[in-house]
Amino acid sequence: MARLSDVLRKQLGLTGTKVGCNTGDCGACTVLVNDKPVCACLTPIAQIEGGRVQTVEGLHSDGVLNALQQSFLHYGAAQCGVCTPGMLMAATALLAGEPHPTTSQIEDALGGVLCRCTGYRKIVQAVMHATNFVPVTEDGIAGSNVGVAMRQLDGEPKLTGELEFGDDAVPTGALALRVVRSPFNRASFQIGDIQAFIDSHSGIEHVFTEKDIPGNNCFGVIPPFADQPVFAVESVRHLGEAVAAIVGEPDAIASLDITAFPIQWRELIAVTTPVDALATGADCVHPSRQRNTLTQGLVERGDVATAMSASEHKVSVCSSTPFIEHAYIEPEAGYAIRVGERIELRGCTQATQMDRESLADIMALGLDQVRVIPSACGGGFGSKIDVSYQPYIALAAWASHKPVSICYTRPESMRSTTKRHPSEIAVTVGCDGDGIITAFDFEGTFNTGAYASWGPTVANRVPVHASGPYFIPHYRARSLAVHTNTPPAGAFRGFGVPQSAIAQEAAFDELADRLGIDRLEFRLRNALRNHQATVTGQVFDSGVGIVECLEALQERWRQALNDASHHNAKNDSSYLRKGVGLGTCWYGCGNTSLPNPSTIRFGISADGKVVLHQGAMDIGQGANTVITQIAADALGVRATDIVRIDGDTDLTPDCGKTSASRQTFITGAAAKQAGEVLRQAVLKHANAGPDAELILGEGFIELRGEIGPPVTIDTTSMPSNAYGYVFMAEETFDPITKPLDDKGQGMPYALYGYGAQIMELTVDTRLGTVKLDYITTAHDVGRAINPMLVEGQIEGGVAQGIGMALMEDYQPGRTDNLHDYLIPTIGDMPKFENIIVEVEDPVGPYGAKGLGEHVLIPTAPAIINAIRHATGAIVRELPATPDKVLAAINAAKAHP
Amino acid sequence: MTYAQPKSLNEAMELLGKGSWAVLAGGTDFYPAALERPMPESILDIYALEELRQIHCDEQAIRIGANVTWSDIIAADLPPAFEALTLAAREVGSVQIQNRATLVGNLCNASPAADGVPGLLILNAEIELSSLRGKRCVPLQEFILGNRKTALEPGELVTSIIVPTSAASGKSTFLKLGARKYLIISIAMVAARLAYDTDDRVTEAAISVGSCSLVAQRLPTLEQALIGQTKGVDLADWVMHKHLAQLAPIGDVRSSAVYRRNCSLELIKRSLMALAGKGHSGGIDEPSLVSANR
Repeated sequence: MARLSDVLRKQLGLTGTKVGCNTGDCGACTVLVNDKPVCACLTPIAQIEGGRVQTVEGLHSDGVLNALQQSFLHYGAAQCGVCTPGMLMAATALLAGEPHPTTSQIEDALGGVLCRCTGYRKIVQAVMHATNFVPVTEDGIAGSNVGVAMRQLDGEPKLTGELEFGDDAVPTGALALRVVRSPFNRASFQIGDIQAFIDSHSGIEHVFTEKDIPGNNCFGVIPPFADQPVFAVESVRHLGEAVAAIVGEPDAIASLDITAFPIQWRELIAVTTPVDALATGADCVHPSRQRNTLTQGLVERGDVATAMSASEHKVSVCSSTPFIEHAYIEPEAGYAIRVGERIELRGCTQATQMDRESLADIMALGLDQVRVIPSACGGGFGSKIDVSYQPYIALAAWASHKPVSICYTRPESMRSTTKRHPSEIAVTVGCDGDGIITAFDFEGTFNTGAYASWGPTVANRVPVHASGPYFIPHYRARSLAVHTNTPPAGAFRGFGVPQSAIAQEAAFDELADRLGIDRLEFRLRNALRNHQATVTGQVFDSGVGIVECLEALQERWRQALNDASHHNAKNDSSYLRKGVGLGTCWYGCGNTSLPNPSTIRFGISADGKVVLHQGAMDIGQGANTVITQIAADALGVRATDIVRIDGDTDLTPDCGKTSASRQTFITGAAAKQAGEVLRQAVLKHANAGPDAELILGEGFIELRGEIGPPVTIDTTSMPSNAYGYVFMAEETFDPITKPLDDKGQGMPYALYGYGAQIMELTVDTRLGTVKLDYITTAHDVGRAINPMLVEGQIEGGVAQGIGMALMEDYQPGRTDNLHDYLIPTIGDMPKFENIIVEVEDPVGPYGAKGLGEHVLIPTAPAIINAIRHATGAIVRELPATPDKVLAAINAAKAHP
Repeated sequence: MTYAQPKSLNEAMELLGKGSWAVLAGGTDFYPAALERPMPESILDIYALEELRQIHCDEQAIRIGANVTWSDIIAADLPPAFEALTLAAREVGSVQIQNRATLVGNLCNASPAADGVPGLLILNAEIELSSLRGKRCVPLQEFILGNRKTALEPGELVTSIIVPTSAASGKSTFLKLGARKYLIISIAMVAARLAYDTDDRVTEAAISVGSCSLVAQRLPTLEQALIGQTKGVDLADWVMHKHLAQLAPIGDVRSSAVYRRNCSLELIKRSLMALAGKGHSGGIDEPSLVSANR
């Protein structure tokens, strides 16, 4: 019996209702049935007869958003927008009975809808202020867009449900595709009689295997390491690996019993941990990679061994973290269509141009034969940089000459796509009697899974960042990426740095305590300053902002320590203990010592329209708004005046992938350059002075200077170029870096962003449960192009840090759904105070630095350090679930 | 595929008597089970049977029909002994799930972590099974036989949960422990019910623990130890590890086995303190992960 969600989406075309899991675990599909919120994915259509169903499409009238939607837009409560319809419907039900709800009423009502982007805080604010919300018109001021907390320029369709995600715009008549995947961590296999299978299943039209790949059956995000097959050949290396694809009528695919597929498996002994994979005699996951070692990283400076042995105080800390799943609420989805001798693919992605290159290689097509048109992307966080679903539908559409669509199931998404690397980390830090760090020795082993993905990047980034934002004269950091028979570990917000920060920050706390130095003061004494060399020997003359972040937190830090000690002293016998923890971060923006240019095209058409070709994928973080704000200021117009063309590879130059916290910085810098060049062209044409004000009209531009009469340019009379513009600029920005030498010395990044966070929490010492009370964040973003979006990044990053610290643990085959794999709900967040620090960077556009990844790095260390402060419990194996916290409390009591 | 929506219980019985059906009510366990498998061939949708959506109280018993949802329980005016069940209802999944999922479905799904079982065990609940052969009642303990196993026989449908009035005395409470606030499968759960005589002595004690064995269990030795104790005496002090000997917790992704045993003990103590009207001693917000009396 059809699910209500499928009927709404596939039969009625009401794709505003989103499906994230089909099991009631995410709540994205929440609709109101007879005024009550239910999960449409769990509701049989037959039970709706005679009932009233309200979906997000019914909230606005004649295109005018209702008060709740306006409030969401105003507060920035929608980032990627995929959970938004569910949130709106749950909130609608609440507000009908309680127009002025309390925070706890909101949490109870929205607790069933998961959001992976926002950290929920802005959603709570939006619902709290929704009743009678009066929208503020924000036209902005020409040339003064940077620094304005303007609402998302592309926000409205997220609130009406009109925004099309990967599975929302499937053409009629499209075939559906289902991938056959390995049920084993490692196995050999033999595929049987495919034709007999097709013949015996009505509606099934094709089956594709490795034999059907016209080009290279191999892809990878870093070409020299490319090693992942589209379809496995003879054997599989991880659970969930693809071996075949079945294509047919959507109903036939939906009702297909996949166990009927003719395949014989022979399970083989798998290595699933680095310890096993490195053991003598272990089978190699890839025969060409000896000892299962993908790559190693090293950064070394000074003489660690000598300096360590001479250090007055030394502390060693080990930590470990498991696989962590990105858990974006939108599973991978899209469709492909063959247009003559070209293939066009529309779906969710973080990297249109890389998808295009991979598809051309797999399909043996020229680059110009592949067009990638991004759909809205319902969260990515790193995993949607890699190719996943794309080759299957491209192959099938090419061969069948029909559109072919796919939408991963949640377990399929979790089993087959990349994860955060599990880590085993050991760090020893030495300091002198004044608490000045003298030596730092770090070793990290990362489980990189079955395929390379971004494993080399993690191995390179970690040694560069493992110091944290501190000056360390004698430093050695080694990293190792090890293959196992587990899902490929790849990019996830921070590329290994969040894992390494846990051990580093714990060691700093222990050293500070040993010396009796306040923990924040210890960090201030060692914080990197301008003109000091980083661990890679890079020296910045300005823009190093960690001191400012720490100083911004000092007042709250003292207050929090007082509050905690006061509480704990007053309630000496209580089992509830309060603690305060600190974590810090630095993070280099852009690729590590590699070119990573962005190109922006910016034009004015004959009818006077200002058009920005903006290829930085907006996956919810707000690139569409931020890049436009920057471009608008450079040109001297209002951001709302600009028409945006997003990342269609036929229409928009390459802005690189949305990763490495690079878009605001690099694409932003390109947009600034393009805006400035475009402005120059206009001014020059009219012979106007540099300060002239641009007034945009239909078919004309008026220039007003401080002296003299205004000048009008009649754009309709001007010749258009090949792109249809009378004025155009196309500018590229590529930050200057230098390669790292064999000791990891060099200039890996043109700039870093910095941050620090304080977590205040309460530990139940009898149950080991942790309640997060209050977080204070201070992030140096150089210049906050859009403070609201900055806050959104911080709150969302903190939420992911909380998940990493307290609950997230992906175990292949065991937690591949959203009820066994836990991410924070709306009820798991602390109260927030965000301090935006602006230490301008000379390279960043208007001084801006990247932020996207920085924000989650300090959170888990702050939580782990606060648990120790509260109870003495040392939790080094994440996540700090109640059983581990209680065991650590008991261990601390036994050996205080 | 056959999909039947009987108009009456009799019609449902007749259909059940004829073939093998997957019974569908709120769908909250049915659809997740069909995610990576084809749907069952024959589906019997009983959700429209209003006669099963009643909570009926008389002198002998309180009967909860098979289509009564968790939200119905929250909205119902039930005796204080049902407080544990109501608290459990508020912590089942989310509001969306509570609006559709039924208590009976929760029992039939027979998960070791079924939120409804502890609160019903302390009410001496019985399960009414109906078929063309007639009706029979089995105690809840004898209905759930193991992980995903029940005493349901071919042709039978659970039509009601029956709580004898005699067991609906006193007050009850419920504690659920998990690693996040909403949408959570418990690490452990405790339901407790106490009734006192006029001298403030415990006359009835019913304690059950969920998620710590294949099926949630009552703890009779602990109950015996509590009977006759005086209100005001810290009942929690009577709870000993030996009373939990019958539990057989496992270690899994949610928790270690040893933790389950330890936290169960603590949850029982807190339940008894809560029933005695003693709040937590901390004087601040109680940790969100244990949401007693929210």
